Amino acid sequence: MSVAVKKLDVARLLEELRKRYGDTVKVEEVAKVVGHLMMSGAPTMASATRQIYAELEALAKYIQTAKAELAALRPQDVKDEFLPTAALELDAIVEATAEATNTIMDAVEAVEGAMDKADDEVRQVLSDATTRIYEACSFQDITGQRITKVVKTLKEIESRVDEIVVAFGGELDKGKGPSAKTAESKAEAPSDDELLQGPQKAGEGISQDEIDRLLAELD
Amino acid sequence: MAVNLDMKVLIVDDYRTMLRILRNLLRQLNFSNVDEATDGSAALEKLREGNYGLVISDWNMEPMTGIQLLREVRADEKLKSIPFIMVTAESKPENVIAAKQAGVSNYIVKPFNAETLKAKIASVLGNF
Repeated sequence: MSVAVKKLDVARLLEELRKRYGDTVKVEEVAKVVGHLMMSGAPTMASATRQIYAELEALAKYIQTAKAELAALRPQDVKDEFLPTAALELDAIVEATAEATNTIMDAVEAVEGAMDKADDEVRQVLSDATTRIYEACSFQDITGQRITKVVKTLKEIESRVDEIVVAFGGELDKGKGPSAKTAESKAEAPSDDELLQGPQKAGEGISQDEIDRLLAELD
Repeated sequence: MAVNLDMKVLIVDDYRTMLRILRNLLRQLNFSNVDEATDGSAALEKLREGNYGLVISDWNMEPMTGIQLLREVRADEKLKSIPFIMVTAESKPENVIAAKQAGVSNYIVKPFNAETLKAKIASVLGNF
């Protein structure tokens, strides 16, 4: 029975009572109205309750399945072993490339040191070549920054995994640690942290020419 | 106006390799007085002690970033007129706008070449 129909029935009943007794209604008649209300609402309430129970049961099953799947992923191992190992490997890459870059630059500086002994033409060739090598060596700075971003992402994942472990408690492996950062609301002007997103991938940032144009527009 | 190649230039970057690259490129441009710092606060200390004619700084450093250094420099009565070039991998328009609003003299995106470095220095200091 819809709510509108129930309201109509009750209104009709009250109107009849009012016609018969005026504003003074017998207690027995009030009880009849209440009984009518209960009878008309009861089946709907029981049905809604059954539906809620069914949905809660389905939700509980879903949570159980999710817990089982999460446990199978061995989140504690992910947190304690896989993620720190990956971060260490990446740090080692940065270290190795930095070392290689410095070795290259040692050699280039040695070449530059000997350039005075060459004639003008050879000196110019060597000078241009060493400049290009210095420029190319800046790859280490870029790759270093990219890898640092990846390490930060791994730490974020570690923090989220930790949260899952804590949330599910003893049903998964034990875990503890700081909560993951909650998403910050986006302000109109980007914060300093939001401005630290580089190096941008191809197509994300703008070129030196575009930067020059933008700077000129802002003058 | 010609560039004074004897002026003190402060290069700021937390990657020592990048400092070395910048130092070598500046030497090839005949700058003879190049000093370095590895973050904003160390740079600020040096700037307050010495008489620098140009700052070339990275953005992404800890604990004090390049943009924070720039703001500190522009807020300091004695330092505020020093030309300040940002050399960074941050290449989004919002970064350029934020740097400009903070008073940057010019902006170079990494990776860069020697020609770009020379052109940007010339744009703030004069011709070589």
